[in-house]
Amino acid sequence: MSGKSQEVEALLGQKYRHGFVTDIESDSLPPGLDEDVVAAISQKKNEPQFLLDWRLKAYRHWLTMQEPSWAQVHYKPIDYQDISYYSAPRAPANAPKSLDEVDPKLLATYAKLGIPLHERARLAGVAVDAVFDSVSVATTFKDKLGKAGVIFCSFSDAVRDYPQLVERYLGTVVPAGDNFFAALNSAVFSDGSFVYVPPGVRCPMELSTYFRINAAKTGQFERTLIIAAEGASVSYLEGCTAPMRDENQLHAAVVELVALDDARIKYSTVQNWYPGDENGLGGIYNFVTKRGECRGRNSKISWTQVETGSAITWKYPSCVLKGENSVGEFYSVAVANNYQQADTGTKMIHIGRNTRSTIVSKGISAGHAENTYRGLVKILPSASGARNFTQCDSLLMGPKCAAHTFPYMEVKNPTATVEHEASTSKIGEDQLFYCLQRGISAEDAVNMIVSGFCKVVFKELPMEFAVEAQNLLSVSLEGAVG
Amino acid sequence: MLLQIADLHARVAGKDILKGVNLEVRAGEVHAIMGPNGSGKSTLAQVLAGREDYEVTGGSVTFEGRDLLTLPAEERARAGLFLGFQYPVEIPGVNNVYLLKAALNAKRKAAGEPEVDAYEFLALIRQKMKFMQMSESFLTRGVNEGFSGGEKKRNEVLQMLVLEPKLAILDETDSGLDIDALKVVSAGVNSLRDPARAVVLVTHYQRLLDYIVPDRVHVLSGGRILKSGDKSLALELEAHGYDGVLGAQVA
Repeated sequence: MSGKSQEVEALLGQKYRHGFVTDIESDSLPPGLDEDVVAAISQKKNEPQFLLDWRLKAYRHWLTMQEPSWAQVHYKPIDYQDISYYSAPRAPANAPKSLDEVDPKLLATYAKLGIPLHERARLAGVAVDAVFDSVSVATTFKDKLGKAGVIFCSFSDAVRDYPQLVERYLGTVVPAGDNFFAALNSAVFSDGSFVYVPPGVRCPMELSTYFRINAAKTGQFERTLIIAAEGASVSYLEGCTAPMRDENQLHAAVVELVALDDARIKYSTVQNWYPGDENGLGGIYNFVTKRGECRGRNSKISWTQVETGSAITWKYPSCVLKGENSVGEFYSVAVANNYQQADTGTKMIHIGRNTRSTIVSKGISAGHAENTYRGLVKILPSASGARNFTQCDSLLMGPKCAAHTFPYMEVKNPTATVEHEASTSKIGEDQLFYCLQRGISAEDAVNMIVSGFCKVVFKELPMEFAVEAQNLLSVSLEGAVG
Repeated sequence: MLLQIADLHARVAGKDILKGVNLEVRAGEVHAIMGPNGSGKSTLAQVLAGREDYEVTGGSVTFEGRDLLTLPAEERARAGLFLGFQYPVEIPGVNNVYLLKAALNAKRKAAGEPEVDAYEFLALIRQKMKFMQMSESFLTRGVNEGFSGGEKKRNEVLQMLVLEPKLAILDETDSGLDIDALKVVSAGVNSLRDPARAVVLVTHYQRLLDYIVPDRVHVLSGGRILKSGDKSLALELEAHGYDGVLGAQVA
């Protein structure tokens, strides 16, 4: 289909749309990492002693660890001394106290990304926290949430205002030494979002955080902690973008979720970090640890992710199902085009009785990309009556990409039920021709076929973001079928 | 002349399949193309629809006076050429009606008409589905997803009725149908017969032609039309077989 492929090559000219750089004065630490840098970050943020101690302990542990090499991804060794571990937009004297004090250039940046921070301009019903490089710049709808008793603020604010909550929950789901990147994050994390929903409260609006990497040669290490107390429920969404740069940038975040008895947390991600150019130059290394613990009875944690960006994605949002009758869910669409590499999946650890988990993973590969699903379903002896259903489907577009599936299962309780289904298909010439023969353009046909493939995942996203995800997907795959 | 095929040669995967096909179809006519397996019937249908893995190596095709072979597949479709597939493909997760609406809108847009109103479209499709004796569940199912062979063929005819093509090429739309389904499908095709339209039926069986009576019957063999006649030719083929009718021409 040579005529078609030229047409779509042209469409591929539609480059990454969030690749601009904001010219803003920033306060950065020079590249390099040692105990002084860790202490400097903590000091800049006026942190209490417990947190400094925690960071230093994590740093010392990190020094003893090896970077993992088991994932199906390939990259040049990262020089951890060549990264700046802290970059903040320089604010006049102190941090802005209200949106009016935020640098207008920053607000313009977020407006360009389609995230107006002024509350009146914001989609009704969605509160936004925006993190620029390492620092949270604004959280909207704080007052309205406050009336409901919901705490939604930057991690730094939480450390200042609610240190006892932070100390109680930080690192209880992802311990500081959990893995190489989590340990690094624990030592140097700079900001992120914090959510606490008190007992019995259903959070009155969607919560959303937008992460933006702007400065060159910096890493972004944000940390998110969400706690839903007994009977509480919350839906949270994160979005991510970065400028186009020729060098790779490291993003190593940690997300911890805690659901107590009867609580529900729905965590959705639309990840669109800069993926590198069509020759594989530049792009974000997205090495992220996300884990939720269903600590209480009848609790539920649901991960939904649409991953279209990053040069390399390494993440496995997981659920530890401790509470009896607790439920874990993972719905994922991972797209890899050009030279992108994705090694992603989930872990479902069944500990409590009658715990249930569902995994639906849709991998789409195009260009020269490598897309790997890696999942673990572990059923411990205590998890009588546990059930898991896993479905992994891969869609290949073009002859040069690859899909791999590594489902691991460890079942140590004979009453458990584990089901696994997997499929690999190609966007067939047959499907494409069928649509063309009905008068539908190649571009529309590809979009239609791909969104059909992803439908079960998209319907899990909050309505406002399902549309965004769909658009993102079509931009990411424009020209992928020739 | 709606469709004029002159000395058409085509190859697939390096193998010559069509070796000089000549055929003229006028508006208002129904033609049946019959012939043994491997004679090139499906290839002819695919070449006319514009499938790119089929390489045209010679000859010409004009559709309403335009050079059909220079048009990409989607433009042929929008110009009014419809192919009813022998094996309609499944497209999981894509709503059957959504695809059809996209197809109708693509055609309308090409003709400079506004997009179809959602309510009008739903009313139209309900009416056509009733005619094709299809249950309402087809409104919500994925394109051909989990359809039986017969359901797929009905769905092809449904699409044809909604798109109202000028030229419908139906590639073995009768295969795999029981007698009741055959009647429904035939009624669908007959309802589209009109002085402004034409139908080309590719079929193995005379049985279909009892229900859709053709104006012309052609025998395609070895990549060429070796014999043409009126509807009695199909009966002759049934009685004597291809060898008997074509005689020495087939050797």
